[in-house]
Order: sequence, then structure tokens, then C-alpha cells
Amino acid sequence: MIPLLSVDVAVIGAGPAGLAAATAARQAGAERVAVFERLGEPGGILPQCIHNGFGLHVFQEELTGPEYAERFVVQAREAGVEFWLNSMVLSLSAERRLSVMSPQGLVHVEAARVVLAMGCRERTGPNILLGGARPAGVFTAGTAQRLVNVEGYLPGREVVIVGSGDIGLIMARRLTLEGARVKAVVELLPYPGGLARNVRQCLEDFGIPLRLAHATLSVEGRRRVSGVVIAPLDETGRPVLSRAEQIPCDTVLLSVGLIPENELSRQAGLELDPRTGGAAVDERGETSIPGIFACGNVLQVHDLVDYVTAEASAVGRWAGSSQASGSRELALVPGGNARYVVPQRLSAGLVPPFTISTRVQRPAGASVVRLGGVVIARRAVVRPAEMIRVDVKPGDWTKVLAEVGSEGCLRLEVEEERP
Amino acid sequence: MSEEIQRFTCIVCPLGCSLTVTQQPGQAEPAVTGNRCQRGLEYGRTEVSDPRRILTTTISLTGATLRRLPVKTAAPLPKQFLLPGAEALRKVSVAAPVRLGEVILPDLLGTGVAVVATRGVPPGS
Ligand SMILES: Cc1cc2nc3c(=O)[nH]c(=O)nc-3n(C[C@H](O)[C@H](O)[C@H](O)COP(=O)(O)OP(=O)(O)OC[C@H]3O[C@@H](n4cnc5c(N)ncnc54)[C@H](O)[C@@H]3O)c2cc1C
Ligand code: SF4
Repeated sequence: MIPLLSVDVAVIGAGPAGLAAATAARQAGAERVAVFERLGEPGGILPQCIHNGFGLHVFQEELTGPEYAERFVVQAREAGVEFWLNSMVLSLSAERRLSVMSPQGLVHVEAARVVLAMGCRERTGPNILLGGARPAGVFTAGTAQRLVNVEGYLPGREVVIVGSGDIGLIMARRLTLEGARVKAVVELLPYPGGLARNVRQCLEDFGIPLRLAHATLSVEGRRRVSGVVIAPLDETGRPVLSRAEQIPCDTVLLSVGLIPENELSRQAGLELDPRTGGAAVDERGETSIPGIFACGNVLQVHDLVDYVTAEASAVGRWAGSSQASGSRELALVPGGNARYVVPQRLSAGLVPPFTISTRVQRPAGASVVRLGGVVIARRAVVRPAEMIRVDVKPGDWTKVLAEVGSEGCLRLEVEEERP
Repeated sequence: MSEEIQRFTCIVCPLGCSLTVTQQPGQAEPAVTGNRCQRGLEYGRTEVSDPRRILTTTISLTGATLRRLPVKTAAPLPKQFLLPGAEALRKVSVAAPVRLGEVILPDLLGTGVAVVATRGVPPGS
């Protein structure tokens, strides 16, 4: 018979989100908290992110990915979290039953609460790029990161990076330090996809050209990549073919974004938000199915691991407490320059402070963040690459409720301030 | 000598403030604007006189299933040493076990900066 395990909280994924959520759940009083991780070690994507820049907010010091992971693994073990490594969660039902393929074989788990922390995966970009011959030498930036940093294998000598997401920028520097030549980072949009600090310390420091507002038309080569054809965009956003150029290279990295890994969420039948690609949640991180929570990259793509930790700790505290679910009568929708908003539901009776995250659609100068018409924050600049996180204060929340009443639809707007 | 202005992004934290550093002739310290904190001020000043970066890379590891050991410089390195430093480390190899924070090289290329392990590799792993 297949063994049945009963736990208070089952956490799926042992990345920074899963580790922080599990630790917080234990600290909030949950007896048996088990983390299921398909890989052989905890830490999620962090062990391959060997560069520094993690933990500035949480620890006030600059750590590398593996160092950051190690601290949270130690914390989780000390808090009495139970680790199931090499254990892949195969299915999840709305009744919070999991089936797990573990080193002991198939195990069924019934959990009072479930925390989804499966992270995200990389987009592979427009398929037209790879039409035709499909030569070897095309990698996603994250795969290349693992090859170089964990397996010690350099994917190529002459590299073009398509897309300017953070992982691509980090890999431009990494490959340069390993002796490869990065000939260009090509970005379709007129601004970089990654953080400004990464443009500076990964590209400018090494003189790597960033070609903004350029389309990648094709990847050339029969068996191995031999080059990439790019062209600038005109004002209407069409490539100017007469100015197309070929950049010779033997390797192409794609850094064109991340998408939440929501196979299990779909299986369980919980409501997803098409804007984030993650679950629709309330202020506690609870999804449309009571008892199932979500945090980290599976909820919304984060650029800062510190924010993942903060978000997951808060969600873990709720998951580990025995409080009943929120009432969720208010819907939260994005407006103005806001592209999405998390959470998507709020309970009128919630006790602030609580955190709202959003991202803008386009870069802008000094902007205000408004919730139901009430200004809850200001930012000197806003960029699509940088998540905006606002802790809503009790005073502001009282004003919001006075404006909109305790039912219906609330707008979260980001708007540029007129001079 | 005339006024010298440099503009760049602060890389100390992810907020990425846009700094403007102005060196007035005859003034000892340049003036920094656009920073949101003290660390940004200090960064703006050293960046124009003596730019430094932490170097992170991996070295060869033997005696463990893991094949690469991630390492970093214990302090920021003068920028011109980034590429030579990485090249030098490509020839370095250590044997497991390794402790987190263990000194791998006491002095990288005569810079006085040590190189330390950024993960532990316990015996038998
Ligand atoms: C390739 C890559 C590189 C990145 N580099 C950086 C960076 O340099 N700096 C930065 O700040 N952020 C970086 N990020 C963003 C980074 O993902 C987040 O900061 C953070 O790691 C997200 O944490 P997480 O726990 O939500 O997800 P992850 O770290 O991705 O962890 C998710 C975990 O869930 C496990 N899992 C998934 N499905 C299952 C299942 N069915 N059963 C069991 N386990 C499962 C996975 O194996 C994984 O260990 C990167 C992201 C990617 C994809
Ligand atoms: S000035 Fe301060 S707040 Fe701004 S990026 Fe630098 S360290 Fe961060």
C-alpha cells in the first residue's frame, strides 16, 4: 500500500521562498512542516547564482547566492522543518492531497495547509528565432548559468545574448570573466529588461555593447550557430531591414523573461491571474482554494531575492497559524501605469500593515502609487524591471475603506506626477 | 582645470540611484548628488578615484560530486584586476572538504585581497 503522511503544512519547493515560508510556519506554531524538493539539495536557483548582491535588505550585507541559501537552510533546520529532498510533487488536489515521488518511493501526503513555492522557469522566446536549421549552441541564460557555475562547462567562445533580463546581464559578465567574448546584448525594447545596476556592473564595466530597440531576426548556422541577424526598429516598432547586420558568434543565450511554474496550481484548479501568470491571492497569500497559499516566483516573478524572503515569511506565518481564511470581498485591479497587482483580493476586515506589489508597464519619472484613490507611496523613478512593494499603513487603509466602502473593486494605480 | 561631471548608476544596492559626481577645481572631495543614502555617497566618491568590485567566480574542485567551488574576493578588488584575477583563479584547484568562508588564496595577484569559498562542501558530499 502507498504510505500516507499527514502534515500540518506541506511546502512545495525548497528555494528561498519555500525555506522562508516553512521556517515562518514552524515559528507560527505549526507542528509538522515538511518541505518537498525535487533536487538533491535545498536552495532553489540560488546555488547557481554565484555572484554577489543578495541579502542587502535582509542581512544588510552583500552575499552571493550560495551564501544566502546556506543561511536560510540553517534557519529552517534549526526551526525544525522536515526536509524531503529528491522528492518531486507529482500531483496536488483541491483537497490538499499530494502525491510525491521520493527516494522511499511514491508517498501520499495529506496537508492541512499547502504552500506553493515552485519558482519559475525561463521563457524560450519567439520560436521563429529557432525556425529552420535549429543549430546547436542556443541556450537559455539560466541553463548556461548552471553549465558554467555548477558543471564547469563553457558553452561557447563568441556569444550574443538575446534579451536584457537580469540573468542575461549577469551571464554576459560571467562568460567574459571565463574568457569568452560577449559581442552584444540585443534588446527589443528601448530600455533594458534588467536592473540598472546590472547594466552598469555587468556590461559597462566590460565594454559589452547593449543594442536597445533592436529586433533579432534570425539565428544563422547549420549544425552550430554561426551568427545572429539583428536590425534596429523604426518609430512604428518595425525592423528596418535595410539596416540589418549579422553578428558572427558560436553561441546564443536567450534572456527573455521568466514564467511562474504553475502545473500543480492548474491541476488543483485554483484561479490564476493572467497578468502575473501566478495564482490570484489575498493579503495573506491564500489562493482561491482555502488552505492553499503561494509565494515567491511561482506567485509573481521577483528580481530581488530579499523580497522573495519577505513575501514568503509573511505567507508562511499565515499558513502556519490556525486562523480561518480571510473574507476576500474586495477585488484589486491594476490601473494607469501599473501592469499587475498582487494581492488580487483583499478582506475588508484585514489588519494592516499588509504589502502590495506591482510593476509598471513603461519607465517613468516621479510617480505616485494610489490605492482606491488614496496616495500610499511615491517613487522618484519607476522601471518595469523593478518591482514596487508598498507596505500599506493602518491610517491609509482607513482612508481607503472610507473612500470605497467595504465591497466591490479597488484600483491600484501608478501615475507619473505632473511637474 | 575645469569642473568635471560624471553620471552613473549606483551599484551598491538594487535601488540603482542615478548619481552625479562633480569635481570642482581645487576641491578635495567631489560632490555627489542623486544618492539616497550615505553608502551611495561613498560609492560615488571612490568610483571616480579608485573603482573597485567584488570578483565572484568558480574554481575547480576535486574529491566531491560537485565539480566547481564558488568563490569571491573577501573585499572589493581594483577594477583592472577583475579579468586577470578571474584568469588566475581558473588555474586554481582545491580538494574537498571545504568550509564556507575558508580562505582559498590569501593574496590575489599581489592586491592584498584574499579569495574565500562561498559555499561549504562537507566531507563525503
Ligand atoms: C535561472 C535563474 C537565475 C536567477 N538569478 C537571480 C539572481 O542572480 N539574483 C536574484 O536576485 N534573483 C535571481 N533569479 C530570481 C530568483 O529566481 C529569485 O530571486 C528566487 O530564487 C525565487 O525563489 P523561489 O523560491 O520562488 O524559486 P526557486 O529558487 O526557483 O525555487 C523553486 C524550487 O522549487 C522546486 N520545485 C519546483 N517544482 C517542484 C515540484 N513539483 N516538486 C518539488 N520541488 C519542486 C525547484 O526544484 C526549486 O528548487 C533567478 C531566477 C532564475 C530562474
Ligand atoms: S545611493 Fe544608496 S539607496 Fe541609492 S542605490 Fe546607492 S546604496 Fe542604494
